[in-house]
Amino acid sequence: MSTAEPLTTADPLSAPDLGVVGLSKQFADHRAVDDLSFSVDRGSFFSILGPSGCGKTTLLRMIAGFTLPDGGNILIGGRSMQGVAPNRRPVNMVFQHLALFPMMNVGENVEFGLARRGVQRGECRRRADAMLQRVGLAGASHKRIDELSGGQRQRVAIARSLVLEPTLLLLDEPLGALDLKLREHMKIELKQLQASFGTTFVYITHDQSEALVLSDHVAVMNRGRFEQRGTPQELYYEPATAFVAGFVGANNHIVGRLTGVDGAIAEIETDAGWRVHARKSGTMTVGGSVEAFVRPEVVSVEREAALLPQDHVRYAGEVQSLLFDGANSAVLLTEERSHFNIRVALPQTGRLASLEVGERVSFSYDPRRAICFASDGAATSATGSSMPASSHG
Amino acid sequence: MTERSAWLTTRRYSLNTEGGMSRLLAAMLLLGVVLASTAAADDSKKLRLITWADYVPADIVAQFKKDTGIQVEVTLSNNEEMISKLRATGGAGYDLAQPSQDRLTGVQSEFGLYKPIDLTKVKVEQFRPEILAITRQITTLNGKLYGLPYLWGTEGLVVNSKRAKVADYPDLCRPDLKGKTSMRLRRPTLMAFAFAAGKDPFALYSDPKAYAALMENVGKTLSACKANVRFFFDNKDQLLNGMRAGEVVAAMMWDTGGWTLNRENPDVQYVVPRSGALGWLDTFALPARGRNDAGAYAWINFTMRPDIAARITRNVGNWTAARGTEQLVDQRMQAQYHASFPEGAFKGIRWYPAIPPGLEETEGRILDRIKAAN
Amino acid sequence: MHGVWQRRLMLTLLLAPALLWLFALIVLPHVDLALLSFRERTAPREYQAGLAQYRTFFTEPLYWHVFVRTAIMSMLATALTLVIAFPIAWVITKVARGRASSLLFVVCLIPFWVSETVRALGWLILLRESGVLPVLLAKFGLTAVPVELLYHDTTILTGLVYTSLLFMVVPLVSSLESLDDSLIEAAYDLGANGLSILRRIVIPHAAPGITAGCIVVFMLTLGNYLTPNLLGGKNSQWFTELIYTQFIVRFNWEQGAAFGFLLLALSTAIVALGLRLSGQRFVDVMRRS
Repeated sequence: MSTAEPLTTADPLSAPDLGVVGLSKQFADHRAVDDLSFSVDRGSFFSILGPSGCGKTTLLRMIAGFTLPDGGNILIGGRSMQGVAPNRRPVNMVFQHLALFPMMNVGENVEFGLARRGVQRGECRRRADAMLQRVGLAGASHKRIDELSGGQRQRVAIARSLVLEPTLLLLDEPLGALDLKLREHMKIELKQLQASFGTTFVYITHDQSEALVLSDHVAVMNRGRFEQRGTPQELYYEPATAFVAGFVGANNHIVGRLTGVDGAIAEIETDAGWRVHARKSGTMTVGGSVEAFVRPEVVSVEREAALLPQDHVRYAGEVQSLLFDGANSAVLLTEERSHFNIRVALPQTGRLASLEVGERVSFSYDPRRAICFASDGAATSATGSSMPASSHG
Repeated sequence: MTERSAWLTTRRYSLNTEGGMSRLLAAMLLLGVVLASTAAADDSKKLRLITWADYVPADIVAQFKKDTGIQVEVTLSNNEEMISKLRATGGAGYDLAQPSQDRLTGVQSEFGLYKPIDLTKVKVEQFRPEILAITRQITTLNGKLYGLPYLWGTEGLVVNSKRAKVADYPDLCRPDLKGKTSMRLRRPTLMAFAFAAGKDPFALYSDPKAYAALMENVGKTLSACKANVRFFFDNKDQLLNGMRAGEVVAAMMWDTGGWTLNRENPDVQYVVPRSGALGWLDTFALPARGRNDAGAYAWINFTMRPDIAARITRNVGNWTAARGTEQLVDQRMQAQYHASFPEGAFKGIRWYPAIPPGLEETEGRILDRIKAAN
Repeated sequence: MHGVWQRRLMLTLLLAPALLWLFALIVLPHVDLALLSFRERTAPREYQAGLAQYRTFFTEPLYWHVFVRTAIMSMLATALTLVIAFPIAWVITKVARGRASSLLFVVCLIPFWVSETVRALGWLILLRESGVLPVLLAKFGLTAVPVELLYHDTTILTGLVYTSLLFMVVPLVSSLESLDDSLIEAAYDLGANGLSILRRIVIPHAAPGITAGCIVVFMLTLGNYLTPNLLGGKNSQWFTELIYTQFIVRFNWEQGAAFGFLLLALSTAIVALGLRLSGQRFVDVMRRS
């Protein structure tokens, strides 16, 4: 811990690095953050995942101190942040577009915060150089910002914050501006950086893949509230709400009425008369409207129905289009009777790579690996259609 | 990079320059403008007159048009501007000008802006002979006459007698009048203070060294006096407004200004200074490249007709050089005239003699120093 | 080859009117003025080449005095304008939002809808002894009697700053607009306070705008004739006035031309010095403004 920012009050070792209690923020006619409480453990990588407008940026800005909450409290390292200006908080932020200072070189960017704390010039230089070395930018301190690649800038932005040894590092969708390949690369790098520094990261994003790959814990945020908190696996396999199911991972979204319940399995019929089965989550009444989510990878597809598992309901369909993406290849099928479009992952072995558009196939899935919720109209608006949400927004 | 003041002056200059290429260009531009605007107009039906504000009443212009068919186009100006404009075009652009008589021969010998007057075309008998004689003496150069008298007056002191007692120019510098007087930062002021100091600057015109020494002295007097001056006025209205507002209580000023204020407020009076009034006289002069001399002579003869001259006097407040107008103006003006210039006093007026070339450079520097004094 | 030649011809033809204009109305008169300034009068209508006009300038302390005074006052006016315009530009770009911001900008612009003469005359009415402000001051007992507020150096400076304000606000607004708010927040987040943000982030970012505004205002002020003349009255002592006097009142065009060139040299020198001190390049600055 930095000696320049002494922590007082609560025992710094037992308190979580970030505690949020009953936090609220109202903007004109909409509630950006709605009575939110949570805490983030020391040294963990915590992501807040949500669509744009869900309030995650407001939440982050309140933690950094740029926006004042209407109610509630924020504790960092056990210390209340009420009345503490952003430049006095033991928190640093990596901005969406990084906000590196173009009028300074790399070294000066990293030294900026140290100099503001009154650290001697030589010491500034030494610490900045050490930090640049740790992020793999040794010797770059004399470069101008516009001479750096996107990934290098990213590292400068993180170095600039981490050199101050903050209790908490906030990251505001820092990968959003990068191209896909670099983004994949930086995900790994960020995770390694966090692991090696051990600083608590609070990361906000609308990209579920970033959240899942990077985080120890993820909170899915919607309309100013957390829909669910948990490990990436919990969110993926045990979504608590229809919103989470729709938002996390590419999911087939099937809307219909509950026609019957068999133990844990619900039977659903769509308006077009397609009958499907899925594991029941929460209470629901027969005849009420429900929505089911079937992940592409739980569906099996075969040219011949006999090859499908015996104990699952089999459906017939026609290949609508092929979505070739290497190991992530999928096929879009149209169910024969209801003309419902369903996305199905192809085996990674490439066994069915020769499927052609218009070909008739059979498919089935294990209903225990699909999930259904009682409909709550608005909550599902994030996905909206039967087409899975794109993973890169 | 356009540097603004240089641009200002060069713009003025580019249309007007004496020298080579740009003069050609300016002439072409001018030609274009002239052709475009007056292609149909006949030169002999138009008289372009550059003169002082108020000197040419509109009804006189209208009557002249009716009598002769000539339209008078008036441009308002002052001595310096008149000379600058004519110098810029080498004496073109106007058919008749009205500079003061002391500013004629010096300018003529230096820049050749005017052409001689042909007295055979002038009705000489319309002029007051004593005034014509003065003008002939002052505006003759190398045996040729360049000016005819038009309007004359004197410069002296205008004072609000309720608030100040002033008898001569140096009184303007009395400590009790600090910040309450005004004058022009022009050569007449130098002359006036020289006479008030008991010297005769006119006599020294021919002796540049002695003249420069005298001007140095006057300059020092006036620099010391600067704290007394609220502002140096550039035009009549500026001073009249200052006196009306009470910000100025005494000033060096033309007689007509004093008479104008006197009509509004009897406390304000025109005072002939103890050291004497300085006489100014504005002339008719023919620019060297004027195009309508006949029209110019017609205008001269017309305005010097007693009835017309009397109307001008009534309008302007100053007396013209025309004969027999005194009976044609109202009682008060006659009274004012006789009060200011009793029998014989006319002879005592000190008329500005012609300024020799180069003299104004000396004076200019003195005036600049007064302006810069603290 | 043919294509290149044609394109060049096209470019030349397109630029021809502008070049002709520049040549005829700026270059030619200046050349003529330069020739004039190196001429001295020996006798009526007789001239010879010489440096008399420049010699007069250097030997007459008065002209020197006015020259230096004009330069210093102009620099002072420029600095004051910057200090006043900066907060205005800041409010327009960073504090006010939407309509309020446009409205503020219009408020800055409104005085420029009337001519400079009318504006200066307005000040005259406001500040003269019998004018609005002195009378009010006396009425409220702040001064015993109405005092003359005209004809002081402060009055001239006030008028010059007022006249120049917009020319400073515009480049400042455009350079501050391009300053990403997140840079300020980032600096704040890293522990900077208002002053260090201004010094390390805002001013370096706005430097081209600041330099452009200063150059424009300085040149306008140095070359201003009307405002110092009207508001300074008997004490104005502005160099342009000397030029005007030489040309129009004294008919001494040779001297006036020399003065004009000296002023041109002065403004060029000071602008060059300013650029060097602020580490800016003229071309960049003019592109930004």
